[in-house]
Amino acid sequence: MKKYTDTGKKDTRSGFGDGLTELGKKNKDVVALCADLTGSLKMDEFKDNHPERFFQVGIAEANMIGIAAGMTIGGKIPFTGTFANFSTGRVYDQIRQSVAYSGKNVKICASHAGLTLGEDGATHQILEDIGLMKMLPGMTVINTCDYNQTKAATIAIADYEGPVYLRFGRPKVANFTPADQNFQIGKAVQLQEGNDVTIIATGHLVWEALQAAETLNENGISTDVINIHTIKPLDDEAILKSVKRTGCVVTAEEHNFLGGLGESVARLLSTNHPAPQEFIATQDTFGESGTPEQLMDKYGLNASAIVNAVKKVIARK
Amino acid sequence: MADYKALEDLVVQVRRDILRQVHKVNSGHPGGSLGCTEFFVALYNELMERNENFTMDGIGEDLFFLSNGHISPVFYSVLARAGYFPVEELNTFRLLNSRLQGHPTTHEGLPGVRVASGSLGQGISVSIGAALTKKLNKDKHLVYTLCGDGELQEGQNWEAIMYAAGNNVDNLIVTVDLNGQQIDGATKNVLPLGNLKAKFEAFGWDVMDIEKGNDLKAIIAGMKKAKEKTGNGKPVCVLLHTVMGNGVDFMMHTHDWHGKAPNDQQLETALSQNPVTLGDY
Repeated sequence: MKKYTDTGKKDTRSGFGDGLTELGKKNKDVVALCADLTGSLKMDEFKDNHPERFFQVGIAEANMIGIAAGMTIGGKIPFTGTFANFSTGRVYDQIRQSVAYSGKNVKICASHAGLTLGEDGATHQILEDIGLMKMLPGMTVINTCDYNQTKAATIAIADYEGPVYLRFGRPKVANFTPADQNFQIGKAVQLQEGNDVTIIATGHLVWEALQAAETLNENGISTDVINIHTIKPLDDEAILKSVKRTGCVVTAEEHNFLGGLGESVARLLSTNHPAPQEFIATQDTFGESGTPEQLMDKYGLNASAIVNAVKKVIARK
Repeated sequence: MADYKALEDLVVQVRRDILRQVHKVNSGHPGGSLGCTEFFVALYNELMERNENFTMDGIGEDLFFLSNGHISPVFYSVLARAGYFPVEELNTFRLLNSRLQGHPTTHEGLPGVRVASGSLGQGISVSIGAALTKKLNKDKHLVYTLCGDGELQEGQNWEAIMYAAGNNVDNLIVTVDLNGQQIDGATKNVLPLGNLKAKFEAFGWDVMDIEKGNDLKAIIAGMKKAKEKTGNGKPVCVLLHTVMGNGVDFMMHTHDWHGKAPNDQQLETALSQNPVTLGDY
């Protein structure tokens, strides 16, 4: 088994902020917009370095998305920043018409996604955003797993022409992917190779999947672990190749099981290579207040839940 | 000095285009289109500085955004007659596989359109974005927007109106088609807009009225005045007082023709009031 080491807990949103800072220095067309959450999104450094390219729009997300769409006309690459809830559900029609249908090169960067936003509770914890965004034709959907990957993804999406939804989170989590990684949109990352089961994870659940794989390996279960940072377009080839070898799959995400990564994988498998699947995801519910760890435990989104799901899915083979 | 005879001829021909487009497919929005015909003709032929070849980025030229996308028939006709695409293509309005979708879109690559519109209330925000990019690019050209009066009931407009004034977006002229009508009736009965002039002014805009919104001379003089107001720290709002359905007697002063096409007999009557000038497509 490959060994992965946490080089020190860091928040993925800081990966976004540091990536944006780097982009600001190397790409003069990059502009940033924020709806009164500059500190939370870690956009302060970009703002300080390039005040002329930073646009504070106030608490007005619909207007922010429209302005971002308009700014692409004339060659700018707008990065919008607010919480995932206010980046998607609140502005769905603005994204649909002015960005996606209009084919605008806007990068919608969404922090505080999922339960790990914590104590603020369900009003702010969106668990439906991946579904909302992946249903939009032409929208690329990315959910990164740690600081390094979020930073790399932030930089990479500036070179991609088209609308992107980049999803990340609030808490400090293990930072284990390489600092110098070459982030490729739509390309899965094979983290472990095994023959008994495939775990396909995205976002914060990737580290949990690695922990689960260690436990499973100790119990003699050879586990394949794939990090799907890009949910759309999905890396069909990597998933099919793995599941053809292992014969069963567990998907893991900090999102509702309706509309998430799990459903995308299920669609792929059902049309190409049917296989038993278990879903680590929230079960069509809202979140609630609590610490991130408490919430992930209560809603079954951690390594021990993945281990149980693996045992269940292997029994169904 | 504008060639008013030529512009008047174009206005009449555009009216014919509008009526014939919606009649052919028995759908579309003639009322608001007719009410804004003189404005569109003046804007594209007398007011905007436009490059010969259309590019999405529109560097070095004035830009126009239509927020109330349902008045696509007038937009398409004026774009075609300004040379953005062949006038014959007006024959494909709302048909399957056409670039002339029910509401304007960039999706099929129709030259002259820079953003999709139809779901209301988004055009001012998009225009602000384009205006900010013009400033970043040190491009001195202007951004023009048209929105409906009923459309101002959408809350996003007021986010945008607040932003534009608060951030001195002064290379932007937003024209409101003040026809007092919307689908369910008069705006004053559906949801009163109150004193729009006072509202825009309270938000920090430079506001002016064009009382004769269907009179080419008044529109051109008024819009030139609006243009002079740009570059002074404030976004500019023009309240364009129009008559819905203008130029076709039975379509005027009513919301009945907001989204209804004329039948054969009605088309004949309407066209007889607007005899061919430049030639039908």
